[in-house]
Amino acid sequence: MNNRGYYDRFGGAFIPEILVATFDELVTSFTEAKNDPGFWQSYQDILASYSCRPTPLTYAENLTRYCGGARVYIKREDLNHTGAHKVNNVMGQGLLVKRMGKTRVIAETGAGQHGVATATMAAKFGFTCTIYMGEVDVQRQRPNVFWMERLGAEVIPVRDGTRILKDAINEAFRDWVRNMDTTHYVLGTACGPHPFPEMVSYFQSIIGKEARDQILKIEGKLPRRVYACVGGGSNALGIFSGFMDDAVELVGVEAGGKGLETGRHASRLCSTDGSVGVAQGYKTYFLQDDDGQMKETHSVAAGLDYVGVSPILAHLKETGRVRFESATDREVIDALSLTIQKEGLIPALESAHAFVQALKEAPALSPTDAIIINQSGRGDKDIFTVADAFKDPKWQEFIKKKAEEYHA
Amino acid sequence: MLESYIKTRRKEKRILLMTHIVLGYPTFEDSAALIDTMVNAGVDLMELQIPFSEPIADGPVILHANQKSLATGTRIKECMSFARTIARSFDIPFLFMSYYNILFTYGLDQFAAKMADYGLKGAIVPDLPPEEGKDYLIAMNKYRLAPIYIFSPTTPENRMTYLHSVAKGFIYCVARKGVTGEETTFSNELRDYLERCRRATDLPLAVGFGVKNKADIDFLIDKADIAVIGSETIRILDEEGVDAVGDFIKGLR
Ligand SMILES: Cc1ncc(COP(=O)(O)O)c(C=O)c1O
Repeated sequence: MNNRGYYDRFGGAFIPEILVATFDELVTSFTEAKNDPGFWQSYQDILASYSCRPTPLTYAENLTRYCGGARVYIKREDLNHTGAHKVNNVMGQGLLVKRMGKTRVIAETGAGQHGVATATMAAKFGFTCTIYMGEVDVQRQRPNVFWMERLGAEVIPVRDGTRILKDAINEAFRDWVRNMDTTHYVLGTACGPHPFPEMVSYFQSIIGKEARDQILKIEGKLPRRVYACVGGGSNALGIFSGFMDDAVELVGVEAGGKGLETGRHASRLCSTDGSVGVAQGYKTYFLQDDDGQMKETHSVAAGLDYVGVSPILAHLKETGRVRFESATDREVIDALSLTIQKEGLIPALESAHAFVQALKEAPALSPTDAIIINQSGRGDKDIFTVADAFKDPKWQEFIKKKAEEYHA
Repeated sequence: MLESYIKTRRKEKRILLMTHIVLGYPTFEDSAALIDTMVNAGVDLMELQIPFSEPIADGPVILHANQKSLATGTRIKECMSFARTIARSFDIPFLFMSYYNILFTYGLDQFAAKMADYGLKGAIVPDLPPEEGKDYLIAMNKYRLAPIYIFSPTTPENRMTYLHSVAKGFIYCVARKGVTGEETTFSNELRDYLERCRRATDLPLAVGFGVKNKADIDFLIDKADIAVIGSETIRILDEEGVDAVGDFIKGLR
């Protein structure tokens, strides 16, 4: 491997020797695909026929009026099959798996969206599938676990470490080093060793390409700002990539959890708690202690609850090309509630982070400005968490009744 | 020098034994007792693992030992001062094993300087391929420490040659795919692989991953120089205690 995927001082491929040959094969296969003039077309075609692409860009008339500033547009990644942008990356990697002649896929998942997307792709392409998911996330994202299992995937709850996304990634690597002859690891975000950050961003760039064309068609000009939530960074890089060379401000919103001052958050870039380190195969900002041990993170959104962040975003933070903000759990629930009521849209808890910041900033912008929020996914999966946050009495009643039925 | 120690020692023994412990697991007192027992049982060199929160190359047994050690509050500083005492008390070479973030965070030059000062002989950093480890290699070479590199069954010949060119001390040959602590079949396939390793380097060969009884060790005689026992001793420690570890090691050769 010659190009080791560095974005200035971030990235790289810190992999055990046993995986070197597998990564070489993956880099070769990805490079060949990228250079194959038919590949991007076949990728677009499968997403068009299977996943509703291009996804619409929705003008949020009521939120616009409510904020009284910029015109608010929403990129509807929630309308993808399986309900989030994750499917873009997954179908792309699925096509690579076919090219490499492998028969089994594994993945980590936090919110469960990437797991469901991978299980779906495996069902469609005829691969066997194993999903690693932290035990905490298995609890809070039960509906997605149910669907992954119905789709034929084996879901393995990970009980080590902090029992969330990073621990699921470790277990997926442990599986891969045993089974790399038959197995591809479908990493779900723009993190991990090279070529994953580049490859996942490449597939997700379809969001930004579409959004740019769409806003130009509707508004006749570029937006002032584009907002996206940042877990590992894939939906953010996906939409940002379309506007990277334009005079458009890009805003990434991290999980503020209980508030940055409490230390219970997952803000690696916008808090002062992150520092540069190397883990899970790449160099970036991590939430770690001064020995270099990873810390526990917190977010109401499982998909943002992660210690590391894309090396590409770490680089864009240092160059100043992307601004980073955070949204607390409380603000997220409020923004979700508002968006549901005003627009009839149900963003995922992850996506609602982007809404928080956009709705804070929109009022100060001019009515001639447009902004885009990337609605990375839909909130159905979060029904248990959201119902708890709203302390919905009818829902609680329903759950109690349901439990009684199972006892009978 | 580590390499010459190994080669001299090999003239007396058909195969050397290297064991692996996780520092501070279950406690530092236990680590000390374990080292004492292992050295008295005839172990020829030892890997001291500085625990890390994300040990991706380790299987369940060593992973849990890492986590439990950290859960009791193990800090790098303690690992360092413990290693210093140990290296002065016992007459065999000790190596550090850890993941790159530990060294990176400590500062590579400082880490290597301390190792040399405390009398450690080398390090194994499984998530640091030489391509990413330029600064590490500079520091290790500066303080005359051995950077140990790993061969795996998937490593092609030209890469073995490359790894040999940067490695010192010995080569750690991973016996099979997978993580530490799983079953390995000691077979013709393994023999062929070790022959490939032998052709690629004149450094001593250590074989690890899944070595767990006398039959495994006997198989490795004349094919390798060092047998590495990692997870198995931790398993015995957990189930039967320190003395049982001593008996186990004495029964291996
Ligand atoms: C709906 C949704 N949005 C965002 C994310 C965060 O991931 P990323 O930052 O890679 O887009 C997830 C991850 O699970 C998700 O499910």
